[in-house]
Amino acid sequence: MALVPLNYYLILSAVIFSIGVIGVLVRRNLIVVLMSIELMLNAVNLTFIAFSRYLGAMAGQVTVFFVMAVAAAEAVIGLAIIISVFRHRQSLDPQEMQLLKW
Amino acid sequence: MIVDFTIIAIKAFLVVFMVLNLAGILGWVERKGSALIQDRIGANRASIFGFAGMGLVNTLIADPLKFLTKEDFIPPAGDKFLHTLAPCMALFPALVTFAVIPFGDVLQWGDRLINLQVANINIGILYVFAMASLGVYGIVIGAWASNNKFSLLGGVRGSAQMISYEVAMGLSVVGILMVYGTLELQEIARGQGMLLREFLPESWGGARAAIGWLPAWGVFLQPVAFLLFFTAAVAETKRVPFDLPEGESEIVAGYHVEYSGGKFLMFFAGEFAEIVTAAGLVTTLFFGGWQVPYLLSDGFHFPWGSVLLMPHWLIVLMQVGAFTLKVLFFCWLQILLRWSVPRFRYDQVMRLGWKMLLPLALLNVLITALIIIAVE
Amino acid sequence: MTLPILFFYFIAALLVLASLVVVFKRNVVHNAIALVAALFLIAILFFTLHAPMVGVLQVLVYAGAIMVLFLFVIMFLNPTALERPRALGWGFGTVLASLLAGLLMAVMNHSETPADPLVATEIFGSPETLAKSLFTEFVLPFEIASVLLLVAIVGAVVLAKREH
Repeated sequence: MALVPLNYYLILSAVIFSIGVIGVLVRRNLIVVLMSIELMLNAVNLTFIAFSRYLGAMAGQVTVFFVMAVAAAEAVIGLAIIISVFRHRQSLDPQEMQLLKW
Repeated sequence: MIVDFTIIAIKAFLVVFMVLNLAGILGWVERKGSALIQDRIGANRASIFGFAGMGLVNTLIADPLKFLTKEDFIPPAGDKFLHTLAPCMALFPALVTFAVIPFGDVLQWGDRLINLQVANINIGILYVFAMASLGVYGIVIGAWASNNKFSLLGGVRGSAQMISYEVAMGLSVVGILMVYGTLELQEIARGQGMLLREFLPESWGGARAAIGWLPAWGVFLQPVAFLLFFTAAVAETKRVPFDLPEGESEIVAGYHVEYSGGKFLMFFAGEFAEIVTAAGLVTTLFFGGWQVPYLLSDGFHFPWGSVLLMPHWLIVLMQVGAFTLKVLFFCWLQILLRWSVPRFRYDQVMRLGWKMLLPLALLNVLITALIIIAVE
Repeated sequence: MTLPILFFYFIAALLVLASLVVVFKRNVVHNAIALVAALFLIAILFFTLHAPMVGVLQVLVYAGAIMVLFLFVIMFLNPTALERPRALGWGFGTVLASLLAGLLMAVMNHSETPADPLVATEIFGSPETLAKSLFTEFVLPFEIASVLLLVAIVGAVVLAKREH
């Protein structure tokens, strides 16, 4: 059975990562920004797993395990922050969170 | 290669066929059974040429026809795409979970050994939990897409209940995983073919003699885990006593309320398919799966020494039959449970899941670990 | 065009489509559902890369729990206001991200594909192997991760509590 070349997975990860970057830069809804961050994290996970497969090392998969745990923690805290911000400003637009701007 | 593929396709078709048919028959059992329990006659009006078949014609022919020919109504302010997607996402996990449940041991056909399980993956039971966690989406999306406050309330309650009991369900199985030492369901089913005396150490002479002749089923080795898992599985399927999300008398029909016709049939069939799946899981993990007590691969080996040899096809038939009987028993038990027990209030459901089942499951894991260390 | 490569193209196309829906569609719930689909597709890719344990954890944790949390928050906050795009925003962001994509692809395309060193045994990526690595080599990060999750739980409860 022919193998899918490593490059294919890396290019796919690059594309997904860039789409995530677009999401973070462009969207004006905090929840979607957080979802784009998750997309970026998953693109990186894909890179790790691809390398782990092609180098025969388990370290890549263990790293992905930890990335998932950290991403879960980050999503939880991010959403809690979004909820409390929404309670105060009644808006989810990052443009409006400008109080710390000088 | 092609033959392998055909065999897997046949197994998959058999499993899906059996699950869906059983879901339909369980609908009938529910209606007639509840009628018997409540001392009434139940549905018996629809008949073909005067033959009403104890409500079979009504439930299995008339009702599906009615559902499928009803108008497909999508709430005008609701989300069209999500409204249609939700029943599919509710039915999908209920059907695919059965792919890892073994319904028999190895079937020898010519020189080919066919493992009577659709997919033997090394992660086994984790696949089941993964699919169960996907089942939440049907509820969440269905509730949201209906643009209806009752629906949203029912959906939020339902999904919160499901994710709470997923945790308890997963933890209660950890004890079984430790005892049989594997994640694969076929290996767990095979491991339950041994007798209990293999599991008990030599020093427990009296206990060995007293109960060592029992087969090493999960329910004997992990009774607490069985109760916890069964409770959590019933809560996952949102059956009574945990059916407040679809509480028929409380919030209209919860997240079902804006669904009619074919989509409601999918939700309905999904719920009954989940009953079958829960029964299949309980059977495989705790009651030996396809194991008939004392039946090994060549015949009966009774604990008092006598051996009864049997042909291979008869053994396979008995194993598949045993599996089917056990699954049917647990389906019937869940239906009986529905019509015997009152409904929990929502805060009671949450308290049960988090404050009672979860600590008990953790304690079970701890005690199992201690016992395993002590025995070795 | 062998079967694995065709399958990869199929999944990759669906994945890119799902990611585009996540970023470019205006309906937040649709974005969330598309992200669930994307995560599921990535889990399928994990399975093809001999990482079944990580793949099933992806479905269980990421697609099954984290995204449910997202959907809960979306339903709770009920964001109905349409967001207004900045005049400079979309173009600028897209150009920047395309530059990034081009750079990444240029870098990655020049890496040599190593010969398949894997004996492709059953045990690579299986639960046993992952657990062995996790509890011997990586036991310290494992413990730290559990403390991190505890901190996250407490933090989330504190942040999202209603002030009395």
